[in-house]
Amino acid sequence: MSIVLTAIVVLLVLSLIFGAVLGYAAVRFRVEGDPIVDQINALLPQTQCGQCGHPGCRPYAEAIANGEPINRCPPGGESTIQALADLLDVEPLPLDGEHGEAKPPMVAYIREDECIGCTKCIQACPVDAILGAAKQMHTVIIDECTGCDLCVEPCPVDCIDMLPLPVTTQNWGWIAPPPPTLVADQRGVS
Amino acid sequence: MSAQPRIWDIPGGIHPPENKIQSTARGLEHPSLPARLILPLLQHIGSRAKPVVNAGDRVLKGQLLAVTDGKFSCSLHAPTSGIISAIENAPYPHASGLHEPAIILDSDGEDRWTELQPTAGWRSLEPVALLDLIDSAGISGLGGAGFPAAAKLLSRPDHRIDTLVINAAECEPYITADDMCMRHYATQIITGIQILSHILNPERVLVGIEDNKPEAIAAMRAAAEGEPVSIIEIPTKYPSGGEKQLIQILTGREVPSGGLPADIGVLCQNVGTALAVHDAVVLGRPLIHRVVTLTGAALERPTNVMALIGTPIHELLAFAGLQPERLHRLVMGGPMMGFTVDSAAPVIKTSNCLLAGTIDELPPPPPPLPCIRCGLCAEACPAELLPQQLHWFALGKDYPQLERYNLFDCIECGACAYVCPSHIPLVHQYRAAKSEIRSIELQHSRADHSRRRFEERQARLEREAEQRERDRQARAERAARAKAAREAKAASEKDTPAPVAVAPDLARIQAKNSTLTPEQKQLKVAASTARMALQRARKQLAANPDNLDLQAQIPPLEQAYADAQRAFEQATSQEGS
Amino acid sequence: MMTEFILILLGTILVNNFVLVQFLGLCPFMGVSGKLETAMGMSMATTFVLTLASILSYLTYQYILVPFELEFLRTISFILVIAVVVQFTEMVVHKTSPLLYRVLGIFLPLITTNCAVLGVALLITNRSEQTFLSAATYGFGAALGFSLVLVLFAGLRERIAIADVPVPFRGAAIGMITAGLMSLAFMGFTGLIRL
Repeated sequence: MSIVLTAIVVLLVLSLIFGAVLGYAAVRFRVEGDPIVDQINALLPQTQCGQCGHPGCRPYAEAIANGEPINRCPPGGESTIQALADLLDVEPLPLDGEHGEAKPPMVAYIREDECIGCTKCIQACPVDAILGAAKQMHTVIIDECTGCDLCVEPCPVDCIDMLPLPVTTQNWGWIAPPPPTLVADQRGVS
Repeated sequence: MSAQPRIWDIPGGIHPPENKIQSTARGLEHPSLPARLILPLLQHIGSRAKPVVNAGDRVLKGQLLAVTDGKFSCSLHAPTSGIISAIENAPYPHASGLHEPAIILDSDGEDRWTELQPTAGWRSLEPVALLDLIDSAGISGLGGAGFPAAAKLLSRPDHRIDTLVINAAECEPYITADDMCMRHYATQIITGIQILSHILNPERVLVGIEDNKPEAIAAMRAAAEGEPVSIIEIPTKYPSGGEKQLIQILTGREVPSGGLPADIGVLCQNVGTALAVHDAVVLGRPLIHRVVTLTGAALERPTNVMALIGTPIHELLAFAGLQPERLHRLVMGGPMMGFTVDSAAPVIKTSNCLLAGTIDELPPPPPPLPCIRCGLCAEACPAELLPQQLHWFALGKDYPQLERYNLFDCIECGACAYVCPSHIPLVHQYRAAKSEIRSIELQHSRADHSRRRFEERQARLEREAEQRERDRQARAERAARAKAAREAKAASEKDTPAPVAVAPDLARIQAKNSTLTPEQKQLKVAASTARMALQRARKQLAANPDNLDLQAQIPPLEQAYADAQRAFEQATSQEGS
Repeated sequence: MMTEFILILLGTILVNNFVLVQFLGLCPFMGVSGKLETAMGMSMATTFVLTLASILSYLTYQYILVPFELEFLRTISFILVIAVVVQFTEMVVHKTSPLLYRVLGIFLPLITTNCAVLGVALLITNRSEQTFLSAATYGFGAALGFSLVLVLFAGLRERIAIADVPVPFRGAAIGMITAGLMSLAFMGFTGLIRL
């Protein structure tokens, strides 16, 4: 009987000591906020376009930190999915088609003949890439435009086009050659 | 011959068949004036020059056509006299095949020079003045990437340059342009080297020439007699002519990874650039021509020509007797580092060779087989990289590992692909990986920039909202105070009848308002909102009376407003107030 | 004295390697070895936990359980010690490297159930003529052996990930085969010393 009592007492005392240690550690090593969200946000393309279903890139980053799939960002494309997969050590998934197709980089272009100077697009642009004022001409600053598409809808005269960025010798890139294959792999492939 | 200074060896390297004898038999020829010249505004790494002429202008030979625009920019001069036909996108010699903005010049056949300002007494000039002359002559490096010479000479102003290296190695097979240049213009080249020396004031000047050019070596040695310039013969090996490799051979020093030769006190210039410097300073002529090798089995008369910059390639090939039916691939540059071009493209400042290859000479590459891990590529690499590892990482798109294995130190010489028994297109893979890494980095920095802009904008909108809220409160307070003052004044000024008349009204209004329940207040608000929506729609319709969508949305809004108003009236009438 | 510690280290790192020879701790071995950085982070965390847990377990056994004749409580009290140490480590990792915390994910608290940790703690009590220092060396050696094998395996798996593996073998299958071959290799150390 006494051995059982000793056992219980010893375990109880051990638990209390360890509990105290852990309690102290919990206070001493408290983590404020969630820095992982900042790291995820740094990998997203910051177009604030909302195609992922969240109102901006940071809310999507927070959702990813809570377990949402990483393949919902069309402007980021495959490279963003790969980078997120590397950061979070998960499998890279193909882009989720229901949130939009991956498109080449686009910029907005205002047809100035039709612009009425209503400032609705300026209010919609999340990065202030449109220059203009009420009753003055509006124009898109190409270097700042992220191609998020949010300005096209509010325009009452529908004078904004999304055009692909032109390829010049300055931004042209080599395309990787196809990987080498053994002859055996090509059997069955005509 | 006096004993030459010590030289070192580079790791790796290959010995492909030289094929230089074909193009040296006919000396240096001068083709006839082309009818039309295409002058791209950007002929090197950097920013485009800005045109200072317009279509329709008549220009003289050597006249300034475009000025520098930015730090890495080079001015452009007319190679012959004529009329500017247009400034538009034109064919350009680039691996992508894309067009570039260029000045199109129609020659008038007279080849009349503009007024030149030669400087015979250049030794008395300050280095800054000489750099100015070089800059205004539009000189960019005539070998390799073609940096604007003035910018390169100034690249690390706080570093002391103790060695000037002149690159006359010309290690790539087929190319003999620098060879011919030295055979015919050795004296002028030495003068050009002295001018560069005068600017940099190095402790020693080393000219590296491969030993497969005995005539050139003899000519340079004769011209350099008595001058503090050392002509050094180096063993023939590809790629000894790479800038970093030649520096290692002549000085034993290695350029640090990601750094410039100026970091270790060395500056390297091509021998053709030295000639251009002489022409610019001594003769006052801007850079308008260069030696180009025309070679390849598809040409009847392979030779070297002094071609005007901007000459369309097909004209030069016709001069050398091109047999179009035998031509399989037209390469600008040599077989190792050259790229395929269209013959409509022009010769630019960095074009040293045009190789018109038959199908036997430049056969299509065999299909690549998997890597057998033989390691021959690592033995051949002059930069002591691990091409096999880079291959695996490039296949797996592992960009962090590629950077860790110094992908950006690869000089793309092609020695690894040359020796690979599986014919893997290694350099193509590395170029693609470098492009991808650069574009990802660009995307990141742009995304970061956009994020900061977005956050600034959010902050600004918040500040404005807070400011508006504060203003609204201040206004409300002021209005309340003014109202109270007015009421007090009215109460005190008027006689007894007035308070009797006013008080019941006030009381009635207050009684009416205070009897509104929360639900009734909600309904009142809903009615007001519906009314405002209707008014807005009517205004929009007035601005665009033909818009069917706007027309269509009026009736439902009217209905909604009517419903809301009726609901509110029903709710309040039940109270009976 | 010195030789004894060298022998203990050799024995735990190579000859009786806890993962490849005694087949303990295979869960994090297969689960965290996908990338080299993750594997290094995990090996550091496990080293810390193993060393500390084995020392604390030894002390608990020698100075609390044995005097009160409660040796039969060793399993539960060792688990208690290990759980506390792991929780402490988790908090420290979360604070110092949130990325590592995120990447290790569930495997960090799973060190508690890592049979290698409990195994080392229990095996220490079985050894005769145990001193504090030899117990500590044993635990540390076990941790080093685990780290060595984990890092080696991660390096191999990174290479295999981009190699041309036949389709039926891709993924976990080639991982298992590689682990088996490594195990064969490590069993070549048998007879090097006897512990």
